[in-house]
Amino acid sequence: MTDTVEKTSAIQAGTAASAPPTVVNRGTDYNALTVVHTRHYLRWAFGALVLFVVLQLAWSLVTNDRYGWDVVAKYFFSPAILRGLGLTLTLTAVAGSLGFLLGTILALARLSKSPILNSVSWSFIWFFRSVPLLVQVLIWYNLGYLYPRLGFGIPFTDAYLVDFDTITLISQFAAAVLGLSLHQAAYSAEIIRGGILSVDQGQLEASAALGLPRHVRVLQIILPQAARSILPNAFNEIIGLLKGTSIVSVIALGELFYVAQVIYNRNQQVIPLLLVAVIWYIILTTVLSIGQYYVERHFARGAERVLPPTPIQTARRWISVQWARLDEPTPPATSAGIDAKSESFRL
Amino acid sequence: MSATTLAHTAPVSTDAATRGLVEIRGVSKSYSGHEVLHDVNLTVQPGEVVAILGPSGSGKSTLLRTINHLESVDRGWVTVDGQLIGYEQRGDKLFELKEKDILKRRTQVGVVFQNFNLFPHLTAAENIAKAPVALKRVSKSDGHELALGLLAKVGLSDKADAYPRQLSGGQQQRVAIARALALTPKVLLFDEPTSALDPELVGEVLDVIRDLAKLGTTLIIVTHEIGFAREVADRIVFIDGGHVLEVGTPAQVFGSPTHARTKEFLGKVL
Repeated sequence: MTDTVEKTSAIQAGTAASAPPTVVNRGTDYNALTVVHTRHYLRWAFGALVLFVVLQLAWSLVTNDRYGWDVVAKYFFSPAILRGLGLTLTLTAVAGSLGFLLGTILALARLSKSPILNSVSWSFIWFFRSVPLLVQVLIWYNLGYLYPRLGFGIPFTDAYLVDFDTITLISQFAAAVLGLSLHQAAYSAEIIRGGILSVDQGQLEASAALGLPRHVRVLQIILPQAARSILPNAFNEIIGLLKGTSIVSVIALGELFYVAQVIYNRNQQVIPLLLVAVIWYIILTTVLSIGQYYVERHFARGAERVLPPTPIQTARRWISVQWARLDEPTPPATSAGIDAKSESFRL
Repeated sequence: MSATTLAHTAPVSTDAATRGLVEIRGVSKSYSGHEVLHDVNLTVQPGEVVAILGPSGSGKSTLLRTINHLESVDRGWVTVDGQLIGYEQRGDKLFELKEKDILKRRTQVGVVFQNFNLFPHLTAAENIAKAPVALKRVSKSDGHELALGLLAKVGLSDKADAYPRQLSGGQQQRVAIARALALTPKVLLFDEPTSALDPELVGEVLDVIRDLAKLGTTLIIVTHEIGFAREVADRIVFIDGGHVLEVGTPAQVFGSPTHARTKEFLGKVL
């Protein structure tokens, strides 16, 4: 189709050399015509509506006194809140690491040829996905009721070599970590298993043919490739875990949400203190999301021919383009300009 | 060690024991009742280039994979330089080898796959250096040097830092050959090395294999490139339905095939 257009315009150009082109002639030279883009009236209307709703919301955030932004500001960096925040972060980091470590082991056990490892791993995942996290945390905290003393001794007897009071051994923090990491392990095991299964069988064959030891095959060949499909789900889980830590407030462990509760029970400023917690959760989730982008980008090495630019690179490029555009004068949008362009195109 | 116990079956001098003698004796293999290899016998001399031909599903790839124990066999045995693949003889018993020992013996036999199977998250140089470094044969920096040398050998000096997906199929396969060479195997197996390539890229890979043939490594090549097989191979093996139907020099097999199936197959592909 372009061919025909070019031929036509070439003929036009030929005639144009002897006689100046008339308006009628230009009618078939599509290069010389102005393009009018489709107008999306409905899209604009909906856009305006959505914008109105968003603005209305923002307006209410500012004007509604009951949000109590002054109270939010007062408590946002208060030592108690920051301590709670620290504990939330610690819980997320510890339970996340333990959970994913145990999850990796469970996933490898699930994929192993040993029927015992396989079924034990399956049962673990089955059990800890079945018990609600809230219930689990409470059970760990009350383990002393089932087993008053824990220790090492002679199997199947009551004789202990070393033993401890369960209540001192499993503190609130330990109960929270146990509950969160076991819960996390069960979920991450399935995510990691899915990632491993997504790696091409040929990769296993190639590493076997090269005589690579098992730990090299798993840690350096399979898992880095599996990471690409594991990571989006894993970050989902970590963000879920971050907010899930608020559940351990039931055993009076002073993480972010619990501290906020304690404070609003004292001063009755329920909404402002919940907002303090919400904003902190939003900030942490945002940081994790940004981290996710860069970690995923790292593991995309080799999977994409050219890595897409980071948002910062994109922004820089956009700014430099805009800057350059400001410098150069706007080209005259006359038909002569378009004609000149089409001539050079034909050449 | 088992070289001595099996010496009576290996009709070669001991000096050849380091050079890649492959013996396949009475190998049979079935998948769920369907026999893919039937009592296969084949001896490949050190430094010999053998091309295995046959129609699709004839068992040629399976046979190749038994040489590296990527496929276990139901009956029969395979040795490389008198060493049993996958088993060890002690007295009158065959003990299945531990994974570690299987891996060790595997490094004597390199494999080049139809789909290259390069590690996509590693650069060309890292792909090549991975095994020698992981097996602690060389240090990390020596591994990189080794990789650069091998890349030069296959004509890809400028691609050391490229990831596999940034390379053409022919280039990927040449990296895969360099990777297999990094462990200095005595035997190299090629499983249809050009089947996944665009026609214009086949030549560059065949050139590399041709060079290897001159260097004296034992090469066993499953291929559909009849012209190449005729040119490079010392002997041609024709397999159909899991049976070795014909073994001989290219002149014998292509010039005067004895079996009707061979004639039919060659009639189709030549």
